Amino acid sequence: MASFNLYSRGDKIFGWANAILLSLFVLSTLYPFIYVAAVSLSSGAAVTAGRVTFWPVDVTLAAYEHVLSDRMFWVAYGNTFIYTFGGTFMSLLIMIPGAYALSRKRLRGRTFFNIAIAFTLWFHAGMIPFFLNMRDLGLLDSRFGIIIGFAASAFNVILLRNFFEAVPKSFEEAAKMDGASELQLLWKVFIPLSKPAIVTVALFCIVSRWNGYFWAMVLLRGEEKIPLQVYLKRVIVDLNSNDEFASSLLTAHYSFETVTSAIMIASIIPVLIIYPYAQRYFTKGILLGGVKE
Amino acid sequence: MKQTYQERLHDLWGDMRRDWQLYLLLAPMAIWFALFLYKPMYGLVIAFQDFSIFRGIEKSPWVGFANFVELFQNDMFIRAFWNTITISGLGLIFAFPVPIILALMFNEVQNEVARRWAQTIVYLPHFISVVIVAGIVINFLSPSIGIVNLFLKSLGLESIYFLTQPEWFRPIFIGSSVWKESGFESIVYLAAIAGVSPTLYESARVDGASRWQMMWRITLPCILPTIVIMLIIRIGNLVEVGFEYIILLYRPSTYESADVVSTFIYRTGLQGTQYDLATAAGLFNAVIAFVLVYSANRISRRVSSTSLW
Repeated sequence: MASFNLYSRGDKIFGWANAILLSLFVLSTLYPFIYVAAVSLSSGAAVTAGRVTFWPVDVTLAAYEHVLSDRMFWVAYGNTFIYTFGGTFMSLLIMIPGAYALSRKRLRGRTFFNIAIAFTLWFHAGMIPFFLNMRDLGLLDSRFGIIIGFAASAFNVILLRNFFEAVPKSFEEAAKMDGASELQLLWKVFIPLSKPAIVTVALFCIVSRWNGYFWAMVLLRGEEKIPLQVYLKRVIVDLNSNDEFASSLLTAHYSFETVTSAIMIASIIPVLIIYPYAQRYFTKGILLGGVKE
Repeated sequence: MKQTYQERLHDLWGDMRRDWQLYLLLAPMAIWFALFLYKPMYGLVIAFQDFSIFRGIEKSPWVGFANFVELFQNDMFIRAFWNTITISGLGLIFAFPVPIILALMFNEVQNEVARRWAQTIVYLPHFISVVIVAGIVINFLSPSIGIVNLFLKSLGLESIYFLTQPEWFRPIFIGSSVWKESGFESIVYLAAIAGVSPTLYESARVDGASRWQMMWRITLPCILPTIVIMLIIRIGNLVEVGFEYIILLYRPSTYESADVVSTFIYRTGLQGTQYDLATAAGLFNAVIAFVLVYSANRISRRVSSTSLW
């Protein structure tokens, strides 16, 4: 670039200082991941002796073997898949048709529904009434309860509706000439044209489902139904103070720390796989969400 | 008059019959909002009852504001309320500026490839669950093998059991929240920076401005409206703190600095079973939150032409 010549010495120093500071920030973001990965691949003895700081020491897969042979890990992993994909599917099934209907300006009562939905951004009943409501509906300790109870959100509905509203009239009119029903119109015209918004919402749902633990912890009682994050919470947070459990895990090959690190890495990997793809959409989604009603 | 009223009713009926398909498409979502977000609002009445889960809402006796009186006499609730405000306030001071600084720094990176890589990395922690973040924090701060204490020991210092000490809780909570979210939050500011007109920089360059001056005099003032809006949102959310994360990190020995209203509600209502008292606490918090968010939105409408929603 020609403009490079225009930079003075001060500008160059500024550029370097900026690059160094930013690199430090990036490294400190990355370091915890590297550390956890290193611990998960090291021997328990090396970790307990405090020898692992960056690279794995005495590389071994013992911790992963231990984790992958735990039946509860697989049960929880399977449950997370059910909640993530079942929940996301349910979200789209409810929100896409609803948002489409609300995007039709001629719909009577549209303002009422729009306000009712936007109001939930501002005010919600809170933890206890929501919990008691789930109880009254018979959705405690129920897989279906987890899937349906968190299916819609005002933010996502508004995002979809805004996108549907922006679809040019001409597309719609052409289809109407052919006598298409509303459902056909939605399926054949609006959904294909709104793919970016729908993918964005789907990814929002997937990530929040994959990472959510609180309500699963509160609502589910059965061991067989808990998702990965609740399993992780039990192992990492609840058992951490339990020294007896921690020392029971300590062998020459793996220890409490290497095992918990291995579980963490195992739960991060799927996120890392979809992340490069998801990132673009998230950036867009954040900006779309801020668009005026 | 009567005729026009009937005519209007007739029109309405006609429109509704014409759009029956749309109502059918809307129905599942409308029912969902009614059942999962509006029905619980009716459940808020138990804040004014001596509620028993066996008697239910219909048969539990009404007690007026007794639960609120009990709440305001409860030292634990008062403490939780002030902790909420304090933690949010500290977040406003220490966490809020970080994404702005990051965005400004990203903007100064000339190498496109390096910039994209850096962004990809700092957005990543946003996508990691709080359980894992808590796991990492617990791991790092472990008194025996934690990397922080290993470092302290190598300097000849005593190791510290950080997570059991109340004075360390807030720095740990805010610091790890910055690690998790500030990268992702910088997206909004980067978008604002992308909207700054290049001609401003060109004419500044002609006038011999340095990059530092351009950052201060052009970039920062141009993204000021965005900063103000984000600040207003943040203030609107003053009584909401990331309690899902706090629950994972706090313990009885750190309650005095860590316990916030939501964690108080969780303990009294879901771990204990004082549903009425916990609901009163939740209603109190929700009303404050509503007032704050509502005023925040009103103010931001005035500050900028685009409202938040």
